[in-house]
Amino acid sequence: MSNYLQENELLRGLAANDRDVIEAIYRDNYPMVQAFILNNSGNSDEARDIFQETMIVLYEKATLEGFELNCQLKTYIYSVCRRLWLKRLQQMQRYSSLVENVEDSVPVEEDIEQHEKHNAGFLMMEAAMNKIGEPCKSLLEAYYIQKKNMQEIAGEFGYTNADNAKTQKYKCLLRLKKLFFAQYKNGQ
Amino acid sequence: MDEILLIEAVERYLKGEMPAQEKAFFEEIRKNDPAVDQMVVEHTFLFHELEKQSGIKAYKHSLYEVESKMVEEGLISRSQLKGKAKVVFLWKKYKKNIAVAASIAVLVSLTTTGLIIAYNNKAGNSAVTDLIGKVKNTEMEVSKIKDSLKANKIIRETPKPDFRATGFLIDGKGYIVTNAHVVNRMRTIYVENNKGEYFSAVSVYTDPNADLAILKITDTAFRPMANLPYSIKKTNSDLGEQIFTLGYPRNEIVYGQGYVSAKSGDEGDSTAYQLSVSVNPGNSGGPVLNKHGEIIGIITSKNSIADGVVFAAKSKNIYSLVDAFKKAGDTMNIKLPTNTGLKGLEREQQVKKIEEFVFMVVGN
Repeated sequence: MSNYLQENELLRGLAANDRDVIEAIYRDNYPMVQAFILNNSGNSDEARDIFQETMIVLYEKATLEGFELNCQLKTYIYSVCRRLWLKRLQQMQRYSSLVENVEDSVPVEEDIEQHEKHNAGFLMMEAAMNKIGEPCKSLLEAYYIQKKNMQEIAGEFGYTNADNAKTQKYKCLLRLKKLFFAQYKNGQ
Repeated sequence: MDEILLIEAVERYLKGEMPAQEKAFFEEIRKNDPAVDQMVVEHTFLFHELEKQSGIKAYKHSLYEVESKMVEEGLISRSQLKGKAKVVFLWKKYKKNIAVAASIAVLVSLTTTGLIIAYNNKAGNSAVTDLIGKVKNTEMEVSKIKDSLKANKIIRETPKPDFRATGFLIDGKGYIVTNAHVVNRMRTIYVENNKGEYFSAVSVYTDPNADLAILKITDTAFRPMANLPYSIKKTNSDLGEQIFTLGYPRNEIVYGQGYVSAKSGDEGDSTAYQLSVSVNPGNSGGPVLNKHGEIIGIITSKNSIADGVVFAAKSKNIYSLVDAFKKAGDTMNIKLPTNTGLKGLEREQQVKKIEEFVFMVVGN
C-alpha cells in the first residue's frame, strides 16, 4: 500500500512539472513500452511518440482536482500505451493481433477520450494564436504562456508603460477570443 | 459595459484580486444581466484554456529535454540502430541470391547506361539539368568594383571563376556541403560568404551517387565559426511541408520558398525529394530548410521542361556522407549540428541568422 502512496506522490510532482519526476518515470517505464511497440511492428521513433503521448495523458490526469491513481503506475502506463498503439495501428491499417506481455491492463478508454478532447482544445488554441498575428501573438504568449509580468513585457515590446501594454493585451485577448470561439463552435 | 473593462474584471475576479466590495457589485451585475453573465462564462473558459495551454507547453518542453537526455545516455535508442541490425541479418541470409541478382543488375544497368548515353548524345541534353551556374565574368567584375568602392578597401586577387553554385557549413571548423557535380567541374575552388570575403577551399570527399561533396576551407584567413543556427534532419519530411532555400543564382544571396511536392526525386529516386520552389542555375548545393530551421535537403537539379519541378537530395544523405568520409580517414572529426536555434522565429530573423553560413562556391 505504501507503494501506492509513493506513486501518488510522484504524480503530484508530475503535475508540478518536476523534471526529476519525469525522468524517473521515463527510466522506470520506457524500456517496457519500447519493447512492447517493437514487438508489435513498430519502430523506436513510434515508441517515443507513443510514450510521449502517454506522459501527456498522465499529466492531464495528474492535474485533475483530487486525482488518485488506483492501480500501479506501471500498469496504467502500459494500458494507455497499449490502447494508443492499437489506435495508431488501426489508423495505419497495419492491424495485426498484439503480442502481449504478461502485464495486466486496466480500462483507460475514458481517459484517452478525455485526452483527445483536451488535445483538440489545445490545437484550436494554437491555431487561434497563429491567426491573430503580431504583436498580439508574442504579447499574449509572453503573458499567458511564459508567465512574464507586465513590467517586463512593456520593456521587451517597447511600450512606454505597463498600463499601455495591458490595454494592448486586452485588445489582443478579445481578438483571440473571437477566433477561438469561431473554431470552437465549428468543431462542436 | 465595455468589453475590455469586462474582460479585465473577469481576469481579476478569477485571480482573486478583486476587493470584496467590487466583487459583490460584479456578482450583482452578473446576476441581473444574462448577456454579461454569458460573456463572463466565455471569458472564464478562455482563461482556463490559456492556462491549460501554458501548463501543457511547459510540460512538453520538459518531456523533450528529458527525452533528449535519455537518447544521449542510450536508454532510448535511435531508429537507425535497429534498422542496421535487420539489414545485416537479411544480408547474411540472402547473400548468395543478392550476389546473383546484383551481377544481373550490373549487366543490365551497364547496357542501359550505354544506350542512354548513346541516345542522349544524339538527342541533345536530357530534361533534368544540374543547377550549377555559369558566371558572367563582366557581371562579377562590375559588382566587385562596386563593392570595393563601397568598402574602400583592396580585395584579394581571385581567379576569374567559370562556375558558380551554393554550399553551406555543416561544421564551423570550415566544412561545407555542396553538390558533387559542382566540384567535379572545378579545378580551383573558392567560397565567398555574404560579406564578400573569399576563401580558398578544397574538395575532400565526394559521393557522386548522392551528388554530394564535402569542401574544406583551407584558407588561413578563415576563422572557425561557432554555433551553427540550423540542425540537419535525420528523418524524412512530409508531403506538403513548407520549405525555404537560400542560394547564389546571382552574385547576391537569394531567398526562395515553396513546399515538398513529392517524397522521391527524378524517376522515383528515394534519396531525393521533389520540391516546388523557384530556383536557377547557381542554386545547386543550397540548403532547403523547414519552418523550424532544420535542413531537410540540398538543392541538386531541376526539370528543364516542366516548370517548378526541382530535385533536392534528402538531408539524411549528409549523415551517410560524413560517415563515409570519416571511414575514409577524416582526422578532423566533423561534428554535425544537432540543435536548431531557429524554432519559433519569424522568417526574416531565421534568414538573418542563416545567411552568413551559406556560401557561394565558385571555381574554374
